[in-house]
Amino acid sequence: MLAHIIQNLPQVLIDGLTLGVVYAVVAIGYTMVYGILELINFAHGDVFMTGAYIGATILFLLMGFGLLSSLPALIVFLIVIILAGTVTGMLGVGIERVAYRPLRRKNAPKLIALITSIGISFVLEDAVRFIAELKTGNYIITAPSMFNHKFNIDIHHVLPFFNNATFQASFLLVLVVTIIMLISLDLFVNKTKWGMAMRAVAQDRDTASLMTINVNRVISVTFFIGSALGGATGVLFMIQYGTINPYIGFILGIKAFTAAVLGGIGNIRGAMFGGVMLGLLEMFAAANLSIITNGAMGAEYKDVFAFIILILVLIFKPEGLFGKAVVEKV
Amino acid sequence: MSAFFGKLMQSKKNQIILFIAYVVLAGAGLFLLPDSTIAFLMLLFSILILYHLNFNLRAKWISGIVILAIIMPFIASQSDSYQTYMEVGTLVGIYCAMALGLNIVVGFAGLLDLGFIAFFAVGAYSYAIFASEQASKFMPFGHYPLPGGSFWIFIIVGAAVAALFGILLGVPVLRVRGDYLAIVTLGFGEIIRILLNNMDHPINITNGSMGIASITPPNFFGISIGSSSQFYYIVFGIFLVVIYVVRKLENSKLGRSWKAVRDNEIAAQAMGIPLVKTKLAAFAIGASFSGMMGVVFAAKQMFVDATSFTYLESTMVLVMVILGGMGSVPGVILGAGVVIILRTQVLTNISNWLSSISADYGISIPPAISPEKMQLLIFGLLLIIFALYRTQGLIPHKNRKVNVEVLKKESAEAALAREKATSGGADS
Repeated sequence: MLAHIIQNLPQVLIDGLTLGVVYAVVAIGYTMVYGILELINFAHGDVFMTGAYIGATILFLLMGFGLLSSLPALIVFLIVIILAGTVTGMLGVGIERVAYRPLRRKNAPKLIALITSIGISFVLEDAVRFIAELKTGNYIITAPSMFNHKFNIDIHHVLPFFNNATFQASFLLVLVVTIIMLISLDLFVNKTKWGMAMRAVAQDRDTASLMTINVNRVISVTFFIGSALGGATGVLFMIQYGTINPYIGFILGIKAFTAAVLGGIGNIRGAMFGGVMLGLLEMFAAANLSIITNGAMGAEYKDVFAFIILILVLIFKPEGLFGKAVVEKV
Repeated sequence: MSAFFGKLMQSKKNQIILFIAYVVLAGAGLFLLPDSTIAFLMLLFSILILYHLNFNLRAKWISGIVILAIIMPFIASQSDSYQTYMEVGTLVGIYCAMALGLNIVVGFAGLLDLGFIAFFAVGAYSYAIFASEQASKFMPFGHYPLPGGSFWIFIIVGAAVAALFGILLGVPVLRVRGDYLAIVTLGFGEIIRILLNNMDHPINITNGSMGIASITPPNFFGISIGSSSQFYYIVFGIFLVVIYVVRKLENSKLGRSWKAVRDNEIAAQAMGIPLVKTKLAAFAIGASFSGMMGVVFAAKQMFVDATSFTYLESTMVLVMVILGGMGSVPGVILGAGVVIILRTQVLTNISNWLSSISADYGISIPPAISPEKMQLLIFGLLLIIFALYRTQGLIPHKNRKVNVEVLKKESAEAALAREKATSGGADS
C-alpha cells in the first residue's frame, strides 16, 4: 500500500501543485476582501468563473480573426490574460460599487451583506450561462487547446521507487504566471504606498480615514486587484483544464475560502500557502483515498475531504496557521 | 378613489362583506375557468387579504382554515387540473414549514445556515430507507419495507433525526465566529449530499446515485394515501402544528433569548443567556421542522435521490425567508408561497407561452431565454434587491408591544400587595 502511494507521489505532486496555485490566487481575493471589510465575498468564485469565460471569448474572437495561428502562443496568452484580468477587475469594482457600498453606508448587519453576495453570485452564474447558451447553444465551453505539448519526467530512472510523471506545457505556464502574480502582489502590498494604505484600512478603517486615506478608493482598489487576479486565474484554469461551465466558480470558491481560512484569514502569504497545501492534500486524497480505505471511499469524497479540513481548522485553530488570534471587542 | 376605499374599509361590516364577495368572486372564477391559474392564485391571495383585515384573531384563523381546507379544495376538485393545484398546495405547505424552520435559525437567532436542505434530506432518507426494500440490504433484523402505517411514526422520527443532525452540526460549529458559520453550514450541506450520493459502497445504505424508488405510500386507517389531494391535508395538518409551535416559541423565554442573541451576542451573554445552548436549540428546532417535511416529501414523491437536495434548494428556502421578512412568521409564509408559485406555476406558464408563440408565429425564441432556466438570475436579483432596498421583507416582523403604563401599574400593585402581606405577617 505504502509503496503504491509513494510510486504515484510525483504525479500527485504535479497535479496538486497546479490545483494548489489556482486555489492560492483565488484565496487571495477572499482574504483581501475579508481583511478589509470582514465580508465573505461569495461572488468571488464566480468572478473567477467569469474570467474563464471572458478569456474563452477573447480566444474565440482572436481565432475568428485568424490571429491564433499567426501570432506566437505566448503573446496570444498575454493578450487574453491581461484583457480578461482588466475586465474582471472592473467587474469586481462594479460589484462593490453597486452592492456592497450602499450597505456599508447604511451600516447594515453582516448577514445582509453575506446574503447580497450570494445573490450576486447567482446573478453572475446565470448571466454567464445565459450569454454562453445564447451564443453557442451550450453553456459548457471547450476552449481551443493551447500549450498542450506533453513532457515526461523520467524520474523512475533516477529514483526507482517513483513512477514516471507527465505534465503539459500549460502546467509550467500556470506555475510561472501564478508565482509572478503572487510575488508582485506581495511586493505591492508590502512595498508601495497603496499597499500601505490597504494594510492601514484593514487594521482600522476609521483611524485610516483620519490619516487622509480615502477608504472608499482603497476598497475599490482592493476589489480591483482581487477580482483581476481571480479573473486571470480563471483564464489559467481554462487553459489548463480545457472545459469550463458556469458552475465551476461555486465549489472552487468555497475551497479557495477554505484555503484562506487555513492560512489565516486576512493574511495574504497565509492564503498562498493554504492554497498550495489544500491543492496538494486534495489531490493526494483523490489519488489515494480508495487505496487507504480499501475501496470503501473513492475519489468522489475529495470534496468532503476539503470541507472536513475547513471544519477542523475552524474548530481547533480558527485563526489559521499564520493568523493572529482576534479578540472580539465590545 | 382611495379615500372612498379607505372609508369603505373602516367599518367592520363592510370589510366582511367585501372579503366574502372577493372569495366568492375568486371561487366563481376558478369554478367557471377551471384551468385558469390566475383564478387559483386569486383565491390563494384571499388569505393575504384576510391577514390585513382587522378581524379578531380567532375569526381570521377560522376563516383562513375554512378557505384553505374546504373551499379551495372543493372548487379545485371541479377542474381537470385538480391534482396539479393540490400538488402546488402541498409543495407550498412543505416549503412553508421549512421556511418557518429556517426562519427560527436565520430570522430569530441570526445564524446564517446555507445548508438547511441537508436536514430535509435526512428526514426524507430516513423514511425512504425504511419504507422500501433498501433497509433489508443492510439491516440484520426486521422485515422491510415497513407498512404504510409507520409513516405517522416516521414524521416524529424524521423530526428527531433531523434535530439530532442539527445538534451534531451545531456542537462543533456554533463556537466559531458568526460569519464563518455560513460557509461551514454550506460545506455541511454539500457533505450530506455527497454522502447520500455515494453511500452505496461498502455498505449499501442510500443506494447511491440511483436513489431509492418504490417507497411505500402512507396508510391512514386502511386507506392508502397516494394522490396530491390527500397529501395536501397531511401537509396542512403538520403546517398548522408548526405555525402553532412557532407562534408559541416566538414570545417564549427561548424565543426572546434568540432575538437577544441575534441583536447583540455579547450583551445577551452578559444578561445570562447561555449562548451555545440557545443557538443549539434554534438549530435543532429549525431542523426538526425540515426533517418532518422531508418524510412527507419522500412519501409523496415515492422516490428520493440526492439531486433534490442541492445548494440551490437551500438558498431557495433562504430566498423565501428574506423575501417574506426575516423573523416575521406571516411574512415567511407569504415568501414561501410566492417563491413556490413563481417556480412551479408562473415561470412554467411563461415558458410554455413563449414556446407556443414561437411555434404559432414562427418567431424563433432561443431556449436559453426560457424563464424556467432563469431561476438563478431571478432569485439572485430578488435577494440583492431585497437586501439592498427592503431588508425587512414583504411583511416586516413586529415585536410584541408592551404597554409600559399598564406594566408599571401592575408591578406597583404587586409590590403593594406583597408589602401588605409581609407587614401583615409581621403584625400577627
